Amino acid sequence: MADVSTLKTVAAGSGAAANRLSAGPRGRKPKRVLSRRNIMLYGILGLAALYYLLPLYVMVVTSLKGMPEIRLGNIFSPPVEITFEPWVKAWAEACTGLNCDGLSRGFWNSVKIMIPSVVVSIFVASVTGYSLANWRFKGSELFFSILIIGAFIPYQVMIYPIVIVLRELGIYGTLTGLIIVHTIFGMPILTLLFRNYFASLPEELFKAARIDGAGFWQIYGRIMLPMSLPIFVVAMILQVTGIWNDFLFGVVFTRPDTYPMTVQLNNIVNSVQGVKEYNVNMAATLLTGAVPLIVYFLSGRLFVRGIAAGAVKG
Amino acid sequence: MAQSTPSARPSQLFRNLNSKIASIPMIFVALVIFLGGSVWTVVYSFTNSRLLPRTNFVGLDQYERLWASARWIVSIQNLAIYGILSLIFSLVVGFVLAALMDQKIRFENVFRSIFLYPFALSFIVTGLVWQWILNPEFGIQAIVRSLGWETFEFNPVYDPDIVIYGILIAGLWQGTGLVMCLMLAGLRGIDEDIWKASRVDGIPMWRTYIFIVIPMMRPVFVTTLVIIGAGIVKLYDLVVAQTSGGPGNSSEVPAKYVYDYMFQAQNLGQGFAASTMMLLTVAIIIIPWAYLEFGGRKRG
Amino acid sequence: MRIRAFAAVMAATVALPCIVQAADLEVTHWWTSGGEAAAVKELANAFNATGNKWVDGAIAGSGSTARPIMISRITGGDPMGATQFNHGRQAEELVQSGLMRDLSEVAEKGKWKEVIKPASLLDSCTFEGKIYCAPVNIHSWQWLWLSNAAFEKAGVPVPKDWNEFVAAAPKLKEAGIQPLALGGQPWQANNLFDALALSLGGKELFEKVYKDKDEEAAAGPEMAKIFAAAVQARELAKGNNVQDWNQATNLVITGKAGGQIMGDWAQGEFQQAGQTAGKEYTCLAGLGLNEVLATGGDAIYFPLLKDEAKIKAQDALAETIVDPKVQVAFNLKKGSVPIRGDVDMASANDCMKQGIAIIAKGGTTTSVDQLVTADTQKQKEDLMAEFFSKEMTPEAAQERFAEIIGSAD
Repeated sequence: MADVSTLKTVAAGSGAAANRLSAGPRGRKPKRVLSRRNIMLYGILGLAALYYLLPLYVMVVTSLKGMPEIRLGNIFSPPVEITFEPWVKAWAEACTGLNCDGLSRGFWNSVKIMIPSVVVSIFVASVTGYSLANWRFKGSELFFSILIIGAFIPYQVMIYPIVIVLRELGIYGTLTGLIIVHTIFGMPILTLLFRNYFASLPEELFKAARIDGAGFWQIYGRIMLPMSLPIFVVAMILQVTGIWNDFLFGVVFTRPDTYPMTVQLNNIVNSVQGVKEYNVNMAATLLTGAVPLIVYFLSGRLFVRGIAAGAVKG
Repeated sequence: MAQSTPSARPSQLFRNLNSKIASIPMIFVALVIFLGGSVWTVVYSFTNSRLLPRTNFVGLDQYERLWASARWIVSIQNLAIYGILSLIFSLVVGFVLAALMDQKIRFENVFRSIFLYPFALSFIVTGLVWQWILNPEFGIQAIVRSLGWETFEFNPVYDPDIVIYGILIAGLWQGTGLVMCLMLAGLRGIDEDIWKASRVDGIPMWRTYIFIVIPMMRPVFVTTLVIIGAGIVKLYDLVVAQTSGGPGNSSEVPAKYVYDYMFQAQNLGQGFAASTMMLLTVAIIIIPWAYLEFGGRKRG
Repeated sequence: MRIRAFAAVMAATVALPCIVQAADLEVTHWWTSGGEAAAVKELANAFNATGNKWVDGAIAGSGSTARPIMISRITGGDPMGATQFNHGRQAEELVQSGLMRDLSEVAEKGKWKEVIKPASLLDSCTFEGKIYCAPVNIHSWQWLWLSNAAFEKAGVPVPKDWNEFVAAAPKLKEAGIQPLALGGQPWQANNLFDALALSLGGKELFEKVYKDKDEEAAAGPEMAKIFAAAVQARELAKGNNVQDWNQATNLVITGKAGGQIMGDWAQGEFQQAGQTAGKEYTCLAGLGLNEVLATGGDAIYFPLLKDEAKIKAQDALAETIVDPKVQVAFNLKKGSVPIRGDVDMASANDCMKQGIAIIAKGGTTTSVDQLVTADTQKQKEDLMAEFFSKEMTPEAAQERFAEIIGSAD
């Protein structure tokens, strides 16, 4: 995530849609700082912000308390004695069955699953979106419609057919298999985003390139790709969070030694030995959520811009 | 929508060949996985398959049993309550927040990050956190009681009558940020001149929003509906993490029925029948819309 | 403990080059509570001592979470080395479709037919005369666990059977104690009901309903009594705010609840908490009413594999499971009864001895899991979950119960 700032500058300069949308908020200009309107405005926003922040606060506070304090106190009070024990336990010591190495193993498994899945799914979806936007052929819209309807199919329904397909291809239980599964289920929404984004780019560019004799892949690589960083960032964020947070495929399509972090989180939270250790659970929860959270906080602005460019043009 | 392709001349299978090659994954996913998988599911819903799929057809038996099942009925009701309320609330809350954010406020980035961050967390995490906050012994109920209101009752984790609303609270917390973002993007796409014109005409702001801006944002609302709708039908992880469908069967949802019967009860036929009903519902809602949006439309 | 585990690992690594057949064997199971994990450790250590390596594939969240994963992996063509299932019909179709390994040779060598008691355990592993699983332990469901401290606090003597327990419940309530602990997962309510059915209704009724699937008996007046008792249990369990069975057990351990109806594995939790039977807690087999236990339990199944070394390792694991020493070590930790009668369980505590004695006397019947399909069990679970959480009348519940039994196969 080191080049977010470069991405930002590049993104700001590229794409007509992005430019238009980065022009900033509209509406009336604020008058005085303490007008009634401002008090209302910030009051409502502040209250809403509280509702959204409350769970995060509770998670952090709970994860820093010892168990006796949790049992006695209320969940909103700050810890009297701050302890990092639950974090250490969640990361390195919590047990499931005989494995007592906490979430640490799952973290690296998740990284190993996420990186190739994100790259492959974004590549496939962007090429598909590009050919749908610029190189339509007979039936392409029909396939696309089916794809979009597919976005609504509950994953549970598809598990069995996919198990069969992967078994027939002989890649059930492999990393390749899991990457394919993530590519398949990321496809509808990502393709929709890319298609809309590419369609919003000025047609003249495409036509000019065609006249110059550029082919399908050349236009994709030289013109479309450099102009669409914001939407790639959106796709990346959606996929990073989606794949990182995936539980169902992780549990069905991996083995215990390659379980992703979410599966281990569930294992840790549900392996109750005696009393539920809420503090360890919350620490584990925060650790699992850390990667997507960091990605979000670092790229929030780009996300909005990209969403604007991709989704708004329905 | 750009109709940029030079209109294809007839009988040219190899025209746009690269595009066709590039679309193979999509065609594969659309036809083999989504369509094929659905057809396969529907076909096997007429069999009495147990642990493994078998072609022993039993007509509508599975469907009769499904609709006689109290749990399935509860699941449908819950999904309807959750679906309708979450559609309304996430659209309204998302739009209001976006409209407020669009007032040239300070700290816009801070507010946006705050509203959006829950979306980065998985449903498993969301469910666990809210289960903890709503826990009657430690959470909100205990706090309010300790403030002196001894008889305060708010237990959406263990009270069967309101448990689905507890899930709704968690679901909204997780999802409205994204809706807000989409709406904000839509609002930013509205031409400044519209606002100027309405101000000149002296139209109050709320009227401008309702009668001018919202109709102009139709595409945004459509995209948002697709995203929220897809999430509602799939509601599963959140329920599992927060309540496991309990207490009793009072927070069951269809996706969980499908999963439980397919894998736990080892009755694939029953699970397939339930998923077919879900597919049917989705199809009834989506196909007309998809047809209007993507199919038989020749406007650019 | 640590040192022993370490030694076993060392032995395994050192022995590895010498034994050609040594292999890693992934074993999936859902033994994740404190007592269960300790028991698995015994089994894993014993297996590692054969020169092979136990790769632990624990999946938390009870069998209903774990089984789907196991089954999709076996049917998906990525089988594990060995996997836990409950005794009974859970793996029936996997065996029928030839996905599981025939263990007859190992069984013959180990004389399983002679040593495994009761014979019904091996019967449910048998399909068309061949043996497909290795029974690990015997569990019985019909136990009432009582907290002595809770009754002391309420000022009533510790009950000797279910009826006394019900009678003492108002006193418990007065003392601010939850009379009956019950976790929110549906299988627990289902288990409670079946325990009432066997202990209050007797073996004959139990077998008529679950074995013969007699719809008339299920709708009859004898069963109506069970539903009436279930209504009482529902009243006593009101106000429970826990999900997992061991959280509910923990309420009994800490004296916050008077009692819990749970299988004999609950005993492992008491042991982990350092409590002894008779002193801090009391156990009543057959709910103190009826000396009959429905014996089920866990078995390890072996998916069909191609790798020679792994197949050898499977054999080694199957032998290890049935080994008398392992049986004792495992079952002491797990709180269950060994699958063979010829081992010395002198070190077992009072509760386990009670169970062993009843089984030795032949006071057994087959567990519901072995009698009905997972599908029927799930329907029952749905019904019981609803019945125990809402104000459903016993009549309405019984009507649906009879339907479920009537359509069972």
